[in-house]
Amino acid sequence: MAFIRGLGAYVPSRIVTNEELAVRVGKAASWIKDVSGIEERRWADSSVPVSQLGLLAAQDCLSRCKVDASELGMVILSSGSNERRFPGAAAEVAKGLGLTDVPAIDLPVASAGTLFGLALARDLVERYRNILVVGAEKMSAVVDRDPMDANTGILFGDGAGACLVSRDCGRLRIVDALVRSDGSYTEALHLGLTGTLVMNGMTVIMQASRKVPSVIADLLQRNNRRPESIDWFVMHQANQNLIARIAKAVGVDTEKFYSNIARYGNTSSASMLIAASECWEEAMSICFAAFGAGFHWGALLAEVEK
Amino acid sequence: MKESILKIIRDVSGKSDVPADDESLFDSGLLDSFALTDMVASLEETFRIKVPDSDLNPRKFDTVEKIAAYVESRT
Repeated sequence: MAFIRGLGAYVPSRIVTNEELAVRVGKAASWIKDVSGIEERRWADSSVPVSQLGLLAAQDCLSRCKVDASELGMVILSSGSNERRFPGAAAEVAKGLGLTDVPAIDLPVASAGTLFGLALARDLVERYRNILVVGAEKMSAVVDRDPMDANTGILFGDGAGACLVSRDCGRLRIVDALVRSDGSYTEALHLGLTGTLVMNGMTVIMQASRKVPSVIADLLQRNNRRPESIDWFVMHQANQNLIARIAKAVGVDTEKFYSNIARYGNTSSASMLIAASECWEEAMSICFAAFGAGFHWGALLAEVEK
Repeated sequence: MKESILKIIRDVSGKSDVPADDESLFDSGLLDSFALTDMVASLEETFRIKVPDSDLNPRKFDTVEKIAAYVESRT
């Protein structure tokens, strides 16, 4: 069995408001809120690497779980914004935790990476006992900032989230997971070796609006759960308008979909765990969901063991 | 069919503008990402067609005439 033992998060201290960005994109601050639900986001200093964000979230998670890093059997880190082509940040985060002899695996899966990480951890935890899943993103470094692109520059923020998956104990048992990929859309959302993030927002929204409700429905149906029985849906915080559409398609009130996008913006693969770190302690059941570049998407069900 | 398509566009956009058959619904500002998604759902319901995920391409729904041609091809 696999359990969610605890979560942690870290966001940089610098708050970037809509008012600050509105000037740079030639739009009203209210326009940014209307099209995204975002009111502010955090940006890391240019000298701070992705691995540092990940390490701080990892330490917060372990501290909250009261687990020593030496108990970890594996680290899985997702990032689409790492500074280097290789190595990724996973081994650096592990080293920062004092681990130099456990496997540390990078998942370069933007937005949906931590969902895939949790699904993998569920399957691997029998062997590795305690697996730390981390999502760390410095999206401010990969969007057009000068001049700022109005379609992407306003959306993204920096931050990191972490989740400890354990074999033996934890408040929420991971019941099931469904992850899917379709490489037909690699050009719709990508980040090349040079240049900045490219996004065809219409294609992303159209596909996510269809695929996420579908995978959630499939997951809940095959586990004989009804959407209204789930305490929280915790989704990748891509855009509040998208979250609302997906909630409607799933058949629940938008309020059932936990959201902190107003405060942190879209932190890509970090966002789902940052959000979960804020709401998971009181939840009896959580349905996680994410959609991102690739396209990769999926859902994962966790609930208190009955 | 065209009148039904125009009504759907009016409903999802919340605007009463009547686009030319070959006018881009995106460039004209009538449809954004979310209105486009709603429009496809309305097309499915109104014309009792199924738009597969592989056809969820904005270019297929960029103008009234493209929408009409697509719906025609699915009915």
